[in-house]
Amino acid sequence: MYNKGTIIPGLAIFVLFVTFPLWFNAFSTASTVPKPELPPGGEKECVASSAEMRASHMVLLNEWRDGVLRDGKRESVTVDGKKYRKGLQMACMQCHTSKEKFCDTCHEYASVDPYCWDCHLTPEVAAIKKETL
Amino acid sequence: MDKQRRKFLKIAGATALAGISAPAVVKLTSSAAVASSSNSTHSSAAEVHKPAAHGAEDAPAGVRLGLVVDMRKFYGKPELLDKAIDACHKVHNVPQIDNKKSEIKWVWKAPFENVFPEHSNSHASKIKKENDFLVLCNHCDEPPCVRVCPTQATYRLPNGIVAMDFHRCIGCRFCMMGCPYGARSFNWENPRPYIKEYNPDFPSRMRGVVEKCNFCGERIALGKEPACLEAVKESGAIVFGDLNDPESEIRKLLDRENTIQRKPSLGTKPSVFYIV
Repeated sequence: MYNKGTIIPGLAIFVLFVTFPLWFNAFSTASTVPKPELPPGGEKECVASSAEMRASHMVLLNEWRDGVLRDGKRESVTVDGKKYRKGLQMACMQCHTSKEKFCDTCHEYASVDPYCWDCHLTPEVAAIKKETL
Repeated sequence: MDKQRRKFLKIAGATALAGISAPAVVKLTSSAAVASSSNSTHSSAAEVHKPAAHGAEDAPAGVRLGLVVDMRKFYGKPELLDKAIDACHKVHNVPQIDNKKSEIKWVWKAPFENVFPEHSNSHASKIKKENDFLVLCNHCDEPPCVRVCPTQATYRLPNGIVAMDFHRCIGCRFCMMGCPYGARSFNWENPRPYIKEYNPDFPSRMRGVVEKCNFCGERIALGKEPACLEAVKESGAIVFGDLNDPESEIRKLLDRENTIQRKPSLGTKPSVFYIV
């Protein structure tokens, strides 16, 4: 082989360069898998299995919204013997009390920016203006 | 050769003629039956539609929620009006913006001639001149706001409530143009800094969204009464119920008392009635 001395180191450098994202990711802490906080109240069950909720909670929320607002389906959902009214503020946030520690962990990781909280009140925000009057 | 060409032209000509005239022949031979059948369906359709067009106006069936404001109980008591307004605005996280352009109102008060321009007259009684009247969304049977909404963010529920889905509102404000009662407000800015106290059971709104009275749909679902009514309950000034139920309190009141509606000539058929 001609130019063995330059080709082999060149190839090695090329392979290292191309696989840079893989091995960089393996050593860096830039993206760790998010760990959303489980309900601080100790609730173990949600309205659906955790896999289902993880994959399609947004679909469920949309169905709840349309049911409540348009089709008069306001009946409450019962989970583990406790009744919840359908809604982000009235069901979800009753157990998952912190938007920052629950919703945001995954949403930031996945770089999605839902506009729920432009209108809906997180428990923290609602608490700010509760005592005043 | 010559003979063959002649024969070919004859056949071709005859075929073309037959082809062109075929549709006309088919039409002519079947025209009698077709004409008579179409005629009969037409006349029967006209007969079916006639009574609907000329008969008395049908009241919509099923539940139709309505509200009566007995202004006689509000006269001389502006604090009672404020109580009803404050209760509503507190329950629904309505911001208090002291600016005519940006203000948000679900229920508010206005002078007689603004509320009832079709009923105002010269030499009106002192009571009419001196008192403000309680106004809110009329939850019309023929809501112009619903007709103009391009995203169906506002719609009429089967129980008569003209409701809104704030998620869908794009802030085009066609509904504000359509509403002849000025019952809709637009969020020109983020309303949150202007909300005095949050009700954690109800959302706020965001900038660029229209809002209005929802007849307390979320409270009715829980078996509660509208917030404005509840606030002035002891005075009995507001009565709420099903307009189509002849046994309901509101219906009995309507049968007994002389009531007026806002701008009846527009044909929007409001569900809010006033005793003045």
